[in-house]
Amino acid sequence: MAYARNQLKLVVVGHVDHGKSTLIGRLFYDTGSLPEGKYEQLVAIAQRRGVPFEFANLMDGLQAERDQNITIDTAQIWFRTQKREYVIIDAPGHKEFVKNMVTGASRADAALIIIDASEGVQEQTRRHGYLLRLIGVRHVVIVVNKMDLVSYSQATFDKVSKEYRAFLASIGVEAQHILPVSARHGDNLASRTEKMSWFTGPTVVEALDTIPDAAEVTDQPLRFPIQDVYRFDHRRILAGRIEAGTLQTGDQLLFLPSGRTSVVRSIEGWNTPQRETLSAGEPAGITLSDQLFVERGSIAVHAADPPHLATEFTARIFWLGRTPLAAGKRYKLKLVTQEVECEIKTLEEVVDASTVQPIKGADSVRTNDAARVVIHTRRPVAVDLFERVPFMGRLVLVDGFDVAGGGIVVEVPERFAAATVVADAGVNADVTRVARGERHLRHGHRGAVVWLTGVPGSGKTTLAKSLERQLFERHIQVFVLDGENIRPGLNADLGASGSDREEHIRRLAEVAKLFAESGAVCIVAFASPSRAERERARKVMDVEDGPSIPFLETYLSAAADTSSHYEPPEHAELTLVENVSLDERINRVLEHLMRQIR
Amino acid sequence: MHHDHLDALESESIFIMREAFAKFGNMAMLWSIGKDSTAMLWLARKAFFGHVPFPLVHIDTSYKIPSMIEYRDRLVREWNLQLVVGQNKAVLEEGRTYPNGRATRVECCGWLKKDGLQQVIEHYGYTGIIVGVRRDEDPTRAKERYFSPRNANMEWNASDQPPEFWNQFKTDFAPGTHIRIHPLLHWTELNVWEYIEREKIPVIPLYFDDGTGHRYRSLGCAPCTFPIQSTARTVSEIVTELKATRTSERAGRAQDQESEDAFEKLRRDGYM
Repeated sequence: MAYARNQLKLVVVGHVDHGKSTLIGRLFYDTGSLPEGKYEQLVAIAQRRGVPFEFANLMDGLQAERDQNITIDTAQIWFRTQKREYVIIDAPGHKEFVKNMVTGASRADAALIIIDASEGVQEQTRRHGYLLRLIGVRHVVIVVNKMDLVSYSQATFDKVSKEYRAFLASIGVEAQHILPVSARHGDNLASRTEKMSWFTGPTVVEALDTIPDAAEVTDQPLRFPIQDVYRFDHRRILAGRIEAGTLQTGDQLLFLPSGRTSVVRSIEGWNTPQRETLSAGEPAGITLSDQLFVERGSIAVHAADPPHLATEFTARIFWLGRTPLAAGKRYKLKLVTQEVECEIKTLEEVVDASTVQPIKGADSVRTNDAARVVIHTRRPVAVDLFERVPFMGRLVLVDGFDVAGGGIVVEVPERFAAATVVADAGVNADVTRVARGERHLRHGHRGAVVWLTGVPGSGKTTLAKSLERQLFERHIQVFVLDGENIRPGLNADLGASGSDREEHIRRLAEVAKLFAESGAVCIVAFASPSRAERERARKVMDVEDGPSIPFLETYLSAAADTSSHYEPPEHAELTLVENVSLDERINRVLEHLMRQIR
Repeated sequence: MHHDHLDALESESIFIMREAFAKFGNMAMLWSIGKDSTAMLWLARKAFFGHVPFPLVHIDTSYKIPSMIEYRDRLVREWNLQLVVGQNKAVLEEGRTYPNGRATRVECCGWLKKDGLQQVIEHYGYTGIIVGVRRDEDPTRAKERYFSPRNANMEWNASDQPPEFWNQFKTDFAPGTHIRIHPLLHWTELNVWEYIEREKIPVIPLYFDDGTGHRYRSLGCAPCTFPIQSTARTVSEIVTELKATRTSERAGRAQDQESEDAFEKLRRDGYM
């Protein structure tokens, strides 16, 4: 949202002791933004304590800070130039406080990165630069501070600025301004200095004033995440905030992940003028023309320009958790008002954020480091690429009770385009029956039949049970049909004769199909020696009005095959030979199966 | 639609209150009867379409300026509010207060307000408390989060706070602890008055010059709150005054001035 009163939120970052607090204190003093008596009061306090007055103390309110002389958190204060008002967010440079730096930077429209001219580019200088990019702060002004300590040397300034400019370029950030200053003496902050006449660029204040105002996001597609549904005064109000785009009364809305649609009947408000249109940044309350079930976490969009609806995507994340991020561990993922359990499927690249170099062979992400990861969610989430709709392309990960990391979505597989998923679901065609696609959306996977075949003793039951456990752990709906649960009940009336055996297999196939249609993976573990009967079972999986149910004939071959009446399959989807370990067998089935059902 | 800075502030506050309401089954809003929490109450009515779907807690120290209580009870009737009044009766009965000369100002604040609040939280089992503090009030509040955890003793660990970014807040917490929610954190004193002016929110007349050339800029207990020199008689005159002033808002609140870090200690211990 654009503000009538120009205001820019500015985060100040950099390595510890490179002079952030001093620069901020000095900026305040030099722009005449201090409350009356504050400067005198602080000078007096310093005298009483017998220490020299420091501009850095203007920012430091907490006792702990004054004692340790480090900024431990992000404070916000305001100052004003000719052009506009600045809200300054001071972010700590100490490594332990990266979470505070992230907290501050996430609210910022622009960033000021401070580098000590005498120390040059340090660990946090790089880490902060990298984090700013992940957080999405686009406007960056770099200040080479403490020029007084290097005799205002142009050569030193050139060396530091060249090094940092190259670093920023390597992570895809362009430095708009690199300026030499001395915060302690007020050189080049609000006014120019004679001491660096070799520098012809702007002062810090001038450079800040060139940054454009925060951009509108109304030209983006509509994204209206539902925060809550209220029942007040006989109305059912869907409340939330328009995060991108615009919404009007009469608009047809598509709700994700349910795929249902309805029309905006009214825009609700209290003590506000009647509205027909709402745009990005505004709080919203709407009623619908249908009695549609909508809950917190639903995302309202226009069907013409939907986000992805995905259970898997790639993100660049930064990790702040006390314990390292590990692949395979479960976390809670929050993306706007959506909350879903997720798992880090793959760590594609782990980055040491102090050097911004990949860590080879890393199997976890340490506190304050970063990574490119593939995230798998238990239920589908509506998600955009960060580059396209930033509000819908950024997520946080919760570990236990704590927000432990954040990330931006950089890649979503093509098959998760919402248009495809919703059309596949065909949800609005028949509102009473639960459609196949809806089950897919709910479970996050399709149903399928895994038909294990092989002579007695080939390992079918062992494989079936292990597979069931593995799939269950992955949150896949799964059930095993075998002799134990079929013979005593469903097939109690059947004997061992040829026709009974055929009927036995027919029933098995039909039941497996029902399980698959309910959305589950059904594992059938039966000798089923007849090739023709297995082919008939495969035929059962055809579906009249849609794609047939995935049928994964898995042949466990054994030396005994040739000496029995067993007819080995000719075109099995998978053949597992005798000397393959159980783990390997499981992996091979999983590899094949997961491709079919995701 | 043209948006101004007040629209942006309002939007953020409404978003935060709706997040809190969606996440905390048992929560309440602190209402000190002052301008900030009354503006916040107004924002709640905006967020919830004219309703306030949770109770308002007033911690009554018994030393409030009498007209504050009259004003409170009038709004409760007119706006149909659920009011919960908390009071540390034990301390009052024992007379261990600053006006009785048996406590320092800071101790008195701690016992009557902080402990009074803790008793209410424990009695009703609230897990979320909405409080109208602002970053620009004082340096310790400047460090606050929108969703700020307090441990079972109500203590605030200011040096180790949760990260808070992208409108995702700390809404998961251990049993026995609670979360303070601060929907006005990003507002300034001037913003609050500009908003009161725009929305025509009824504020208590103590904020205006009553003809003596003085008005209250911040309201607390009578023995520790002093009026400032001002001839502002209307909200718009206050707005004009604040645009020019360079003295701090809480200059008339004596407990802040007792020692350099008195107020900071109070807040760490769980004061609002």
